[in-house]
Amino acid sequence: MSATWIAVLVTAAGCYLLKLAGLTVPQRVLANPRMRRFAELVPVALLAALSAVQTMTSGQSIELAPSRLAGMAAAVVALLLRAPFLVVIIAAAGVAAAAHAAGLS
Amino acid sequence: MPDQTPPPAAARPVRDGVGLGLAVGVSGLAFGAAAVSSGLTTWQACALSLFAFTGASQFALAGVIAGGGSLLAGSAGAILLGSRNTLYGLRLAQTLRLRGWRKPLAAVGVIDETTAIALAQPDPPSMRTGFWATFCCLYLTWNLSTLGGALGAGKIGSPQAFGLDVVGPAAFLALIWPRLRDGRIERWVALGGVVIALGTTPILPAGVPVILAALAALAGALAAPGQLRPDDDGGQPDGDAVRQPGTVA
Repeated sequence: MSATWIAVLVTAAGCYLLKLAGLTVPQRVLANPRMRRFAELVPVALLAALSAVQTMTSGQSIELAPSRLAGMAAAVVALLLRAPFLVVIIAAAGVAAAAHAAGLS
Repeated sequence: MPDQTPPPAAARPVRDGVGLGLAVGVSGLAFGAAAVSSGLTTWQACALSLFAFTGASQFALAGVIAGGGSLLAGSAGAILLGSRNTLYGLRLAQTLRLRGWRKPLAAVGVIDETTAIALAQPDPPSMRTGFWATFCCLYLTWNLSTLGGALGAGKIGSPQAFGLDVVGPAAFLALIWPRLRDGRIERWVALGGVVIALGTTPILPAGVPVILAALAALAGALAAPGQLRPDDDGGQPDGDAVRQPGTVA
């Protein structure tokens, strides 16, 4: 088996076990109100961070690509107008694609 | 069954989940193409999508291989990046109430998108429906599009040409939006997470900054712990988090 296959399988196994671990932790951990609030706030913090990192970075550097920023601006406008979820996604992708086509990469 | 029309409460999480599954699943094309052009075989790309099934980790491993980095560092970084799924699992376990064989199966689906859809629902049954609908749809589309992207690597245009590079970030923002609008603490936590992640990106390996953003959640929880309610089975975030059903879709 090649080294690359081993890396692929180790990564897959590690990712799976981390997911399973979260589901398996005893629920009494969450009896503490602070722990419970933490578990609720984690998705907010991580998804916001992930969204910002995917929009504004490339590798280890901050990269403000105009097409991505334009797409995300369109998403924010759609959200402020209370557009449905899919409309938000389509607006973001459409504006980003248009900006990219216009040369704003 | 006498009931022909499903109640709106069941229709919404399915629509949200399938919609996101289709939209984000398509970006599997980008992963398949990126994986093969970075030196993985088609089957290695497919194995990652089938068994790791967490996009950011998969892209991270492919990126390290493409950059000629060590496989050990690549795997370690990808697994570290997947550790946020443990935190999601901790939250989802409250609501999903998994027993027996369902737990190891559901574990495959504990990722950003399923968590976001589930937590955007107003009640525990909708949350469970949202989780499974998103998981099933996204698992199918992500794996099919990985295969398609791997086979078609080099033949399709760049993902940017279709705006696919903003599908993920826009979806994550849309999914936490109701909680940001209704909760003051949530807004501070989100802002803190963004600042931590962007601030540490230049000095830490890819993936670590996003995990560090959990510190913002820790600060928020210490500053304003929630109330325990006897009738709550964990489905409802405390207080003001999800007040308006119908916000996401």
